[in-house]
Amino acid sequence: MAVTVRRPKLNWSERLYLPAIAGGMAITMRHFKNMLLGRTKVTMQYPEERWDAHMPEYYRGAPALVKDASGRERCVACQLCEFICPPRAIRITAGELPSTDRFAKVEKYPYEFDIDMLRCIYCGMCEEVCPEQAIFLRKDYAITGFTRKEMVHDKEKLLEIGGVMHGLVLKWNEKK
Amino acid sequence: MPPFLFWFFALMTLGFGAGVIINRSPIGSALSLVLSFIGLSTLFLSLNAYFISVIQVLVYAGAVMVLFLFIIMLLDLRAEERRKINVVAFAGGAAVALALFVQVYRIIGALGAARQAFPPLRSGNTDDVRRVGLLLFANYNLPFQIVGVLVLVATIGVIVLSKRELR
Amino acid sequence: MDYFLIGTSLAKIAGLLAVVLGIMNYSVYAERRISALIQDRLGPNRVGPAGLLQPIADAFKFLLKEDFTPGHVNKFYYWLAPCLAMIPAIATLAVVPFGSTLFGVPMVIADINVGVLYVFAIASLGVYGIVLAGWSSNSKYPFLGGIRSSSQMISYELSLGLAVIPIFLVAGQLRLTSIVRFQIEHGWMIAPFIGDWTNIGKWLLAVPMLVSFLVFTIAIFAETNRLPFDLPEAETELVGGYHTEYGSMKFGLFFLGEYIAMITGSAIIVTLFLGGWHLPLPSWHGGFHWAVVNGSAPGWRGIIGGIFNIACFFAKVAALLFIFIWVRWSLPRFRYDQLMRLGWVFFFEIALVNIFVVAVIVAYISK
Repeated sequence: MAVTVRRPKLNWSERLYLPAIAGGMAITMRHFKNMLLGRTKVTMQYPEERWDAHMPEYYRGAPALVKDASGRERCVACQLCEFICPPRAIRITAGELPSTDRFAKVEKYPYEFDIDMLRCIYCGMCEEVCPEQAIFLRKDYAITGFTRKEMVHDKEKLLEIGGVMHGLVLKWNEKK
Repeated sequence: MPPFLFWFFALMTLGFGAGVIINRSPIGSALSLVLSFIGLSTLFLSLNAYFISVIQVLVYAGAVMVLFLFIIMLLDLRAEERRKINVVAFAGGAAVALALFVQVYRIIGALGAARQAFPPLRSGNTDDVRRVGLLLFANYNLPFQIVGVLVLVATIGVIVLSKRELR
Repeated sequence: MDYFLIGTSLAKIAGLLAVVLGIMNYSVYAERRISALIQDRLGPNRVGPAGLLQPIADAFKFLLKEDFTPGHVNKFYYWLAPCLAMIPAIATLAVVPFGSTLFGVPMVIADINVGVLYVFAIASLGVYGIVLAGWSSNSKYPFLGGIRSSSQMISYELSLGLAVIPIFLVAGQLRLTSIVRFQIEHGWMIAPFIGDWTNIGKWLLAVPMLVSFLVFTIAIFAETNRLPFDLPEAETELVGGYHTEYGSMKFGLFFLGEYIAMITGSAIIVTLFLGGWHLPLPSWHGGFHWAVVNGSAPGWRGIIGGIFNIACFFAKVAALLFIFIWVRWSLPRFRYDQLMRLGWVFFFEIALVNIFVVAVIVAYISK
């Protein structure tokens, strides 16, 4: 259905356009002046200024593996995270712990643990599904690299990001 | 102006003038004409006729030829580029042109005034714009006004014609 | 052969070219920075202190990009067009007096007696670059851009030419140096009453001169394809306009040619209306009066005066460039039919009537 748009009837000064042009120029000049005088708030200058201190507790950044207070890698290579991962970013190769190990009764450990950060969608499913409290989403968000290879986080990198986490359930301790 | 510059620009004028008719693509022809005009204007410059020289570029190269180019581009003439050269017509045309050239050469050669060297030009220190203006508005005022009316009539005629075609 | 003339001319050409190309680079930077400030952003501020090295980075970017020629273009004209866009804009500067004298040498490259007409003649050749770029690209958007540009330039050249005729009527000269000298003696064209405050005729003259100045400035905007009139490269409708198919430094030449044309246009406006290199300074030697600073004083004072005049000229040009940029980031683009109507029905008539008004005032009132 065709609708006739009612055009406003312009009076003499409006049809001259000059007052409107002058008004527009004045507005831009005011913005220019306010910027020069530093009265306008501008966006954060990212690499120098960061919002890190204001980040909420529940922020979901890069996933990382953690060690517990006794220095054990928490991951037992159950591969639940690998299965749950929606973009299939996680690759785990499990290995067997030697019998001499202090935690030999765990039996498995991740021989290789790769997370492809080009695929990761930061959903936090891995953290949620992990029965061992081994994988957590940390607050790192500036994940960059020059090659695809650099963007795959291996176990060392993941443990480095994760660090040591205190106050976790320690179900594999010898006493139990 | 040193003689080699005269020869350079004279050859440029003639060469690109020939290019206008030799060139198969209409755009190339039009641009050759522009370059020919620029060479011609430089020759005027060597005669200290700054006004004529600048007007040559301003009016012909800057305005008229742009309009030509505009039309040529809109029409997109490709037929000329595809057409084969008719050898007989080509030879005939060349013969006529040569005959004309020989004729002009002989007649000018026969003229007494053309045999002797021209007296050197007086250096034009006067403002040639002023002189052109004075001539136009004092000596040739009536023809100038008539030409003005003629141009006005032509302008109105063009507007009337284009308006009629719209309807 | 006059070796002194040739030597000084070459020096002037080199110097002016260096200054103008420098201004060109930094006008790109200014454009980006001012547009950012107007839009409450910061703009490029990373490369060097306050981003001042950004133009150099931009130049490297242009030069290092792949110089790609599309397969469907008309090669010869495709390569010719960027040069034709750049050369006329630079060549126009040859007749502009950019200073008084320095070491006794007049600061103008070619002082010809048809200066203004030369400017128009060369500027009118600038359209070939755009038209050829549009045509040789063999692509519809560039073609539309080229067509728009040629009709726009022809339309606004008329207003441009008619708007300066009042200046010829007042000054009686076409030579740009004479026009500047006339303005020093009789007040700037935009304010002819300066120095002759009680003359009513001069005050009357100021009105049509202001109109003339506005029409000329607006026509220069249209000639340089700056924003309210940037129909040839209207990116929202024509992708990129006439330079859609261009990349690398060939695009750079179009891009920078626009800025050179802006600088040239500003230089012409300054020379014709704003007193050229002239800036009166107050002086108290023997009572208050306005002193003319120029390079004719002996010794170091002459040299300082000459440099001061050149600085004045380029400061005025820079101020106009700021206005160019300010307008660009304030006003929206015209529709194409509005643009043509504005040129033919509005500015053309105003400029025409203006000539008559000025002629009457010059002939009868302000003797």
